[in-house]
This record gives sequence, structure tokens and C-alpha cells, in this order.
Amino acid sequence: MKMSSRRRRCKRQLIKFTQHITRLITGTLSSDNEDEEQESTTVRYHPENLEQLQSQTHFSRQELQLLYRGFKNDCPSGVVNEDTFKNIYALFFPLGDSSKYAQFLFNAFDKDKNGSLSFEELVCDLSVLLRGTTEEKLNWAFNLYDINNDGQITKEEMLDVLKSIYDLMGKSIHPRLKEEAVRQHVRMFFQKMDINQDGVVTIEEFIDCCQKDEDIMQSLKIFDNAV
Amino acid sequence: MAAGVAAWLPFARAAAIGWMPVANLPMPVAPTNKNKHQDEIIILNVSGRRFQTWRNTLDRYPDTLLGSSEKEFFFNEETREYFFDRDPDVFRSILNFYRTGKLHYPRYECISAYDEELSFFGIIPEIISDCCYEEYKDRKRENIERLMDDLEDKKDSKLPNMTFRETMWRAFENPHTSTMALVFYYVTGFFIAISVTTNVIETVPCSSMPNQRDVPCGERYTEAFFCMDTACVMIFTVEYLMRLFAAPSRYRFMRSVMSIIDVVAILPYYIGLVMTNNEDVSGAFVTLRVFRVFRIFKFSRHSQGLRILGYTLKSCASELGFLLFSLTMAIIIFATVMFYAEKGSSSTKFTSIPASFWYTIVTMTTLGYGDMVPKTIAGKIFGSICSLSGVLVIALPVPVIVSNFSRIYHQNQRADKRRAQKVQKARLARMRISKSGSSSAVLHSKRNGLNQSLELTGSLEEDQQLKKTTSLLESQHHHLLHCLEKTTNHEFVDERLYEQGYLQTALQNFPSQSPSLSSEEGITGTCCSRRTKKNIQALSATHSHTHNLQELSALHIQCGEQHPLNTSRSSLNLMSDESGSLNCKSSGLVTTAIISIPTPPSNNSRASPDAPPPPNPDAPPLPNPGTDVVKISAL
Repeated sequence: MKMSSRRRRCKRQLIKFTQHITRLITGTLSSDNEDEEQESTTVRYHPENLEQLQSQTHFSRQELQLLYRGFKNDCPSGVVNEDTFKNIYALFFPLGDSSKYAQFLFNAFDKDKNGSLSFEELVCDLSVLLRGTTEEKLNWAFNLYDINNDGQITKEEMLDVLKSIYDLMGKSIHPRLKEEAVRQHVRMFFQKMDINQDGVVTIEEFIDCCQKDEDIMQSLKIFDNAV
Repeated sequence: MAAGVAAWLPFARAAAIGWMPVANLPMPVAPTNKNKHQDEIIILNVSGRRFQTWRNTLDRYPDTLLGSSEKEFFFNEETREYFFDRDPDVFRSILNFYRTGKLHYPRYECISAYDEELSFFGIIPEIISDCCYEEYKDRKRENIERLMDDLEDKKDSKLPNMTFRETMWRAFENPHTSTMALVFYYVTGFFIAISVTTNVIETVPCSSMPNQRDVPCGERYTEAFFCMDTACVMIFTVEYLMRLFAAPSRYRFMRSVMSIIDVVAILPYYIGLVMTNNEDVSGAFVTLRVFRVFRIFKFSRHSQGLRILGYTLKSCASELGFLLFSLTMAIIIFATVMFYAEKGSSSTKFTSIPASFWYTIVTMTTLGYGDMVPKTIAGKIFGSICSLSGVLVIALPVPVIVSNFSRIYHQNQRADKRRAQKVQKARLARMRISKSGSSSAVLHSKRNGLNQSLELTGSLEEDQQLKKTTSLLESQHHHLLHCLEKTTNHEFVDERLYEQGYLQTALQNFPSQSPSLSSEEGITGTCCSRRTKKNIQALSATHSHTHNLQELSALHIQCGEQHPLNTSRSSLNLMSDESGSLNCKSSGLVTTAIISIPTPPSNNSRASPDAPPPPNPDAPPLPNPGTDVVKISAL
């Protein structure tokens, strides 16, 4: 098996070499012979029809139309890849560095982990976040914090997430950001959420604690009219 | 905020749900969408051509004509459309700007027509996207220069109050302004020609007697040539001194190329006068005469083509340098090869590598004198390769130089040498402005946002009408950033003030309750910067007391402030029309400062005079002169 593949590779190289020599001798004006070998990698994707999306989400027809128009304007190919997502997110936070948080968001939105977000994925998550029950929202938040999707939030994961949130602010903030402040924040979070003090926060602990906290419950509702 | 991302704002806001569980402070109230009308299509009729777009599309840029309520002036009731009596072709690009967020400049448009349309619709040209910006700037500069040419022709007419010196300078620079200047111009030209001709004829041998050796004419008719030389040098000296006298900046004149040429042209004569009798240096004196040939460069004042040539060579310095470098490399390579190839043959002229340099240069430039030829076969092969490559190496940079020359010649020396650097600088400046504009808009609206959401006294209601209304999108964006501040328990501040505050905490040690207001140097400017600077001072004063956990929000209502720099049309108008800050009426803006102080502040309402306010025992900042400060503290 190996011998034949090696022989095949040899043959291919030889052919390429003779082609190169002939081109050198005869002289050719076309310079992009190599480019023809690349296939075009543009992806065209279009979502399901409107009725199906309407049934899957809590949005009305007009709202879906509005959302899709804006989406298609910025992403004509129908999908968002990670870089585009990061660029768009960076425009909302001009003072800070939003790439890490955007990456976490992207992973949280991208349910099928194929590296690009389609309109359905975005709109389903959006309907959960804006129109869903508080339990669904907390579920989503838990998925955001749980970077490796093992069902537990460890201190390192929380530190990463919080650091990325602090990065959104940038440098010109008051009071000045100290390393200790982020760790303090992590410690406070674990104090509040980790009931059995085992160093990790599971989803039940998380949802339990958040539902007991009035502030958090209140703040989950503020974006309900966002569309 | 860029319009293209207006559609993504709901996603960004939804993503903010991720901050909620980790936040320790309650979130601010979200701005409500008061006018929840359905998105409708509006019709824009531009000189008969109908454009249709969503109303939301136009609302993305609220400080332009189409995005603001200004378009209501153009609303036609009978046909229910907006009618504009403008150019429909240019309108296409303008509408595309709303749709895509990028403004393009079509190449076939006239630059001044395009500019007029842009200013009618309230769009500033700096927004033109990178793909078309260079073209736009080039055309604009050409246009300006063309207009300036017309102006300059008019400028030649004599101004009434010009001193004698200025008249003389103008006469020197533009010979066709007066007949005297023209006469002077031609006389000097004539004498330059005479001087150069005599220098040349001096060396021609002319025999006086048939059986004597030929002597150059210069040695035969020494006195005649000496008189001629003296006359020319005198004229040149007088001319140089007159130019020196008339120059507006003598130092700059003396440094200019033309004056250096003048000096070099007349100096040998004077040096020759000084040391005619010294035998040792007469040899050096003879070589100095070579410099007399520099007089021919004085013609460049008279000939514009010569000036352009010199300018071209200067601007193509990099290509010439490349030519020289590549030639040197090739010469060394080929000389070495030829030397070793010819080493074997007897009685060869290629005695050393430097000796082969001459052969290589002559061959590469295809001169081929024939005084050195290779004899061995290897030498001949390499010699032919040498001459072939010489053609290539020399031919390559030459067209660049030629095209440069023709471009400069046609533009008549108006090409900007530093165009690339200026564009780069301008581009960086634009990016910086847009970035700082958005960030300062955030800070500004943050204060404004709090203004709107809090209960204020009656005198402040006028203030709310004075402020320009921020769009719903803007307020939602700022609410988002406010939520972020609450999540992380840190505040956004202005960059400058952040650095000053940092420096002050590092340098100064504040006493317990009195902030030091002594370090006010360098801070003049708007009320805003002074006030927030004092905020920082107060904050840093009390930060040393970390044991105080009592948090107070003190709201200071002060006089109206100047809008921070942002590239909106209204603020541009502001900057051109109103020089100072807005006004210091009783209405004002609100800023928040989260400070920790040990004791509650006393009521601090007094109007202090213009002098910098003295330090007071209370931590909160002092009012600006002439306004009442009412502090509301809320626990």
C-alpha cells in the first residue's frame, strides 16, 4: 500500500516537474494555472421557510422578516463564521477586546459545532433568550460558562469567562482593573452558587441559586422587548 | 455605531443575558421602544426617478438629512412621497450608503458636483470607504490646485502696499510681472551664456605664429578673458546680493539649491584673486576652475524643463539607487567570473578583478570599446551572458524614471512627494476619529441616559429639549454598555482623564477629606473635562480609604457642556458656528460619580467666581463659575 502511494506521489511530482520545464522553455503568459486546481469554497445556504421558523420560535412573522433582512444584509452567504461574528461583536465594544467573549458566544450559539452559524441557530437561540422562560435562559447561560460542555463549571472556566467579560471593557475604566478583582469576582460567584462546596457548579446548583436571587431574576427580564 | 450592525443589536443584547448571573449589581432599566410602528417602505422621488427603501434603513444615520426629521420639509402631501430636486445618479451612491454602510465615489462623477450633493444630504466626505477614498482625495486635490492656479494668475497683479523689498522679490521670482524684471532676466541669461562660452573657448588651441606650439586661447589672450570673467562674476555677484537682500527669509534662501549653485559658480574667481601668487596652490586653483562649469546650472532658473528634470531625478532616487545597486552587484559578479575565466590565457588584459570592472561596465552598457576582449572560450561565453544581462538590468528601471518624468512634467511640478505619508496619516487619523467618536459618544450618552431616567427638578426640563435626541438604536447600545459596567462593577471613563487620574493617584497623597485641587495645570477646556477631572481627583482621594464601604451616588447638575468630538453633522455645525461651550444656563447635564466618602457631603450650592475654586473639606467637586450646584445624593 505504502509503496504504491509513494510511487504515485513520485509520478505526480515528475509530471509537475516536466510541466514546469516545458513552461519555462516555451514561455507562457497565463500565470494562474495553479489556481484552477482550487475549488471555490463559497457556501450558499438558505434557511427553512418562514412558517417552520415561526413554529419553532416565539417570534411573529414580521419580527422574523426584520431579523432575516438584517442578517442577510450583513452575511449574504447565509452563514456567519467565527471571524465575521467576532468583527461584528467588536463594533459594539469599541473600547475593549471582544474576541474572547465573542468566541465563547459563538460556541454557545453553534449547537451543531460545524464552525458556522446559520440563521436558524441564531434565531432559535434568540427566541430562547428574549422570549423564553427563565429556566431556559439560565440553561443557556450555563452552557455559555461551561466551556468544555461537561456539565460542570470549574473555577478555571469561570475565570476565563469573567476575564473575557472584563476584556470587553477595555483599559479606560475606573477603578483600574487589577488581577485580583477578577479572581475576587470568581470567588464571590462560587461562594454564591456552589452549595455543596465541591469546587464545581453543576447545572442544578446554578439554576437553584439563580432562581432564589431576586436581582438576577429581575435582570433576566430586561431584554424582553428587544426586537 | 456603524449602520450595518444595527440589525445585530438584538443578538448582542440577547447575548448580554450571559452577564446576568455573574453580575452583583442590579441592571439599569432598558430603553423602551415608544413608537412601535411597523416598518414601512418610503418613496424618495429624486428628479423623477423613484427610489424606495425601508424607513429603518434611513434611520440608521440620524444626523443626515434623510435620517432626521429634516426630510419632512420635502414631503409631498398629494403624492405621499419625498421629492428632492437633485441629481438622481449621485443619489444612487448616497442611498447605497444607507443600505450598506459604505459610501462609494463613482469615478465618472465630477468632484465638485459630488461634494455638493454630499453636503446637501448632510454626509461628510470622510466617511467614504477605503476603496474609493484615494481616488476622491486625488481628484479633490487636483481640483483645488487647478483653482489655485487661477487664483495665482490674479495674484500677479500688484498689491498696493508692497515694500521695495517685496517688489524686488516678486520681480525675481516672476520675471513677467514688469519690464524691469524681464530685462534683468534676459541680461542675466545672456551673461550666463557668455560666461559658459568663454570657459569653453578658453581651452581651444589657437596658434598665433605658425612655428610655435599650439597654446589655448586662454593663455594667449589672458587679459581679454580675465576681463570677461571679471565682468560676468561681477554681474553674478550683484545678482546674488540683490536676491539675498530681497529674500523674505534669508536663511531659507541661503539654504536653497539655487543659491548654493550661485555661490559655487562665483567662488572660484574670488579664491583665484586671493591666491594668484602662491605657486603651491596654483595647481589646486586650476582644478577649482572646474567649478566654473556650474554656472551652466544657473540656467535652471530660466528653464523650467531643467528644473523638472532635476526634480524627477530627486523623486526617483529610489529607482536610481536600485539601478545602481543592481549594476554594482552584476559588475562584481561578472568581473570575478571573467577574471578567473581569462586567468589561463597569456598576455591577458584581465590582470585583476578591478581591472575587469572596466570590461564589465563597458559590456553591460553595450558600449563595447574593444580595448579589453576575452580570448578563451569560457571567457567569451561569460562575456556574452554579461552583455545580455546588462541590457536587462539597465532597461528595467528606466521606464519607471521616464514615466515619472512625464507625469511630473504634465503636472508641472505639483505632484506631492509626501502624498503616501499624508494619506496614511490621514487614514489613521480617520480611524482614530471614528473610534474615539464612538467611544466618546458612549460616555456622553451614558451621562445623558442617566439624565433622562432620573427625576430632576423643574428647571431642567428645558435642558432635555436642548439636547439632541439620540436614536433608539443609540440608546439601546448605550444601555448595553451600561449593563456591562454594572456586571463588572467598573466604569468607562475618557482615556485622557483616565491617564491623568492614574498619574495623580501615583504622584499625590491626599489628605483624608480634602482633595487637592492644586494640580489643575494644563486642564483648561470645557466644563466637562474640568468637572470629571475633579471627579477623578475626588475618587482617588477617597480611594485610599478602602475601609469605607458606604457608597454614595452624588449627582451634580451643572451647566451645559460642549459636545465631545464626534463626526456627526450637527456637531460639525456646532464647531463652526459656536466657538465656546454651549451655554451656561441654569439647565445642565448630569454626571454620576460613584465615590466613597466617610461622611455625607454637605450641601454645596454656591456660585464661585472665575478664579479656580479653593479646596474645600468636602470631597465632591466644586461647581463651575456662575452656576448653581445642587447635589442629590442617593444611597
